[in-house]
Order: sequence, then C-alpha cells, then structure tokens
Amino acid sequence: MTPETAYTRPRDLAEALAVRAAQPSWMVLAGGTDLMVSAIHKRVPAGILDLWRLPGVGAITEGAGGGLVIGAGATWLEIGRDARVAKAWSPLALAAREIGALQIQARGTLGGNIGTSSPVGDSLPALLALDAEIEVASVRGRRRVPYAAWCTGYRTTALAADELIVAAHLPPLAAGTHLAWRKVGTRRAQSISKVMGAAAMRVECGVVTDARIALGAVADRPIRIAAVEQAVRGLARAAAAEAARAAMRGAIRPIDDVRSSASYRDLVAENLVARFFSGMI
Amino acid sequence: MKIELEVNGQPRTAEVSPWARLLDVLREDLRLTGTKEGCGEGECGACSVLLDGEVVNACIVAAGQCHGRRVVTVEGLARGEVLHAVQRALVACGGAQCGICTPGIAVCAAHVIDRKLLAGKPVAEARAAVRELLAGNICRCTGYQLIVDAVLVAVDEVGDS
Repeated sequence: MTPETAYTRPRDLAEALAVRAAQPSWMVLAGGTDLMVSAIHKRVPAGILDLWRLPGVGAITEGAGGGLVIGAGATWLEIGRDARVAKAWSPLALAAREIGALQIQARGTLGGNIGTSSPVGDSLPALLALDAEIEVASVRGRRRVPYAAWCTGYRTTALAADELIVAAHLPPLAAGTHLAWRKVGTRRAQSISKVMGAAAMRVECGVVTDARIALGAVADRPIRIAAVEQAVRGLARAAAAEAARAAMRGAIRPIDDVRSSASYRDLVAENLVARFFSGMI
Repeated sequence: MKIELEVNGQPRTAEVSPWARLLDVLREDLRLTGTKEGCGEGECGACSVLLDGEVVNACIVAAGQCHGRRVVTVEGLARGEVLHAVQRALVACGGAQCGICTPGIAVCAAHVIDRKLLAGKPVAEARAAVRELLAGNICRCTGYQLIVDAVLVAVDEVGDS
C-alpha cells in the first residue's frame, strides 16, 4: 500500500514558508491547471502544499510610483477583468483572456505560470516586455528578481528550493509607450501557442526611442529579441516595421515539434514582430 | 484524509487521497455520475462543475483542495423537477448528440447565463461570444450549432443576460 500523500493548507504566508522550508520536495499546488493534468498517470507526490486562495498573495494592488503589484495567487479571470491591468499593462490582460477557456482561467494563476516556466507560458512574454520583477519569499526573507533574469533554462528558474513566488511587480511605463500582444495557435480560443509575443515600444516625436520585444514558444524559455530592439531605434513607424522584419531573420532558432514546424514559427514570428511596429496607433 | 464539502447544497463527506481528482470523488465516492470524464487533461470540459461559483474542470482539481468548498454538478442545476433554462433549451433545440459533453456544456452554459457573462453584448456578437465562453467544452460529435442555438434561446428566455 502506498503511503498517503501529506496535505497542508496553510493559513497565511508565514505558515506556507515554514512548510516550504521544512518540506522542499512537496508539490506546491495552486489551481492545478498544469500539475493536475493527467494526474492519474503521474507519480503520487509525497506531499501537497496547497496555496490556492492563500490569504495575502492573491490581490492586485497599486505599487510604489504608479506601478502595479499582482499577487502570485491571482487567477487569469481576475487579471483579465482588472481595469488597471487592461488600461496600462494590456499585454498581460490580453494574455490572461486567451489562456485556456473559462475553466482554466478560473483556476490558473500568475504564480503558477511563472513557476512552471513553460516555454509556451502565455503570460511570460508579457512579463518580459513589461519589464516585470518577480518577488519571492522564504523564511530567510524576501527578494526581487528582474523577469529578464528569472528563467535559467528549459522550465528552470531562479527560485530556490525553500522559496515561494509572492508577486509580480509591473513598473509604470514611460509616456508614449505603445503596447501590443498577439498569440497564434491552432484555433482562436483554448489552444496552446505556436508563437506568441508582447511588445512595449516607446515613440517620441514620431520615432521609436526604445523597444522591448519578447517572444514565447520559439526557444527553451521566453526571450527578448535584442537584434530587433537595436534595429528599430531612431526609426519612424513604417521604417521600424521593415527594420524589425529584417532583424528577425536569423534572430531566433525555433524547433519542430508536435504543435508546429520551425519554418512556420520563423515566418509567423517575423510577421508578428513587424506588425507590432506597423500596427502602433 | 477526510474531506467535508457542500455538493448541490448538501453537506457531504468522503475519505480520499488529497491527490485524488474531484472528478473521481464525485463519480466514485459520491455516486454522482452525471459528471463525465473526457480527456482527463483539463482540455475538453466534459467534467465541468462549479467550484465556489466558478466553472472548473473536475479532472484537474485535487480532492484535498475541495475540503470546505462548494460544488455544483449537473445534478444540481435543476430545481426539483424544473430543469434549468439551458437544460430545457438543449432538449428543445436538440443540442445533444452522443451526450458525453452535454453535462459539461449544461454546467458551463448555466454558469454563463446565471452570471450574466453575456450582459452588454450586442445581439450580433452574442453567437460569437457564446462560442468563446464555451470554448473549453469540446463536442467531438461537432454539434456546436444546435448547442449555441440552445444557449441563445435560454439567454432570451432568462432575459437581461
């Protein structure tokens, strides 16, 4: 007989961190939209640290200096319906509304997407383009990691074995910043991405002065496209779109897999990035 | 572990592994077999139930997480002998073929109607909106047309959604 899985639903973050420190091998579970998939075919976890609706880590609050703090436990429904996210950090709102369908959006959390760190995690390019910082906590204290340094490889992150993800901090965007997000999958709703991307493009006096372009599903982790970001600087919109298209060639090395082919991803990514610039309004 | 939860308005208890699926707790332990298993991967929506008022896939909810929560299954949509408006509409419109997806469709569509998720949508966009809201419920008989018809009929009947 297999021993029963231990289960703890902590009352607050302090208790959760104590359990995490004592039982680093336990599964950290929130909505279960990733970890529970095909659960009956998976190895039974030794223990479950249940963070679903953990008090104090699910709220969306205004941060210092006009930024926004999204608790790790916030669901896609909550993020997708938040007027502040939709207004000022729209790529994250748009990603939230296209992650799965209602059933997944009701359970999936931002913290789960960040922690699982799948190359096809839909919110991840948005976090990258929005220059988010990830706040983590442990019994040792708290720290913040720029999202650009968060992913360390295929499904690996900067999270230590005793840490939990607490929040994502979204800084305010400079005046004149245009935002874009686009996901391409097999159908419009509830599909796993073939390519998705987010952009934050600053335009001053008609020319692009700064750009953060992030793509997902084209590498082992979400990536910024430095070649494009450099190529468009100082260009007007139409010229920026052309320069972006040219800079995309050879900039990514996507893979062939069950969801798409490398050449399709290459072409779609190129079109998508070019349209980020030509579509700025 | 022993879990206590409210199912269709009734307090229930079950002795389960915390890693068990809510789907199996409902079907095997509580003998509520209206909820169906389709894919077991959270993709198809056949096992849709309401958990604390939100529509979820019961195949990817861990039983331990359901202690102290409220669940509504397809068995809980009717009021006594009176079917939910969307159940009546599914019958009237022929919005079912093999039937495996139907309980999940009924639960999700009832949620869409009861929570007025179509409120403010112009009539011209309502059909597309229903398709998007039901995107997590896959009908492999591909009988979507009549299912969407049924939801729109129910919306009309209930009004203001």
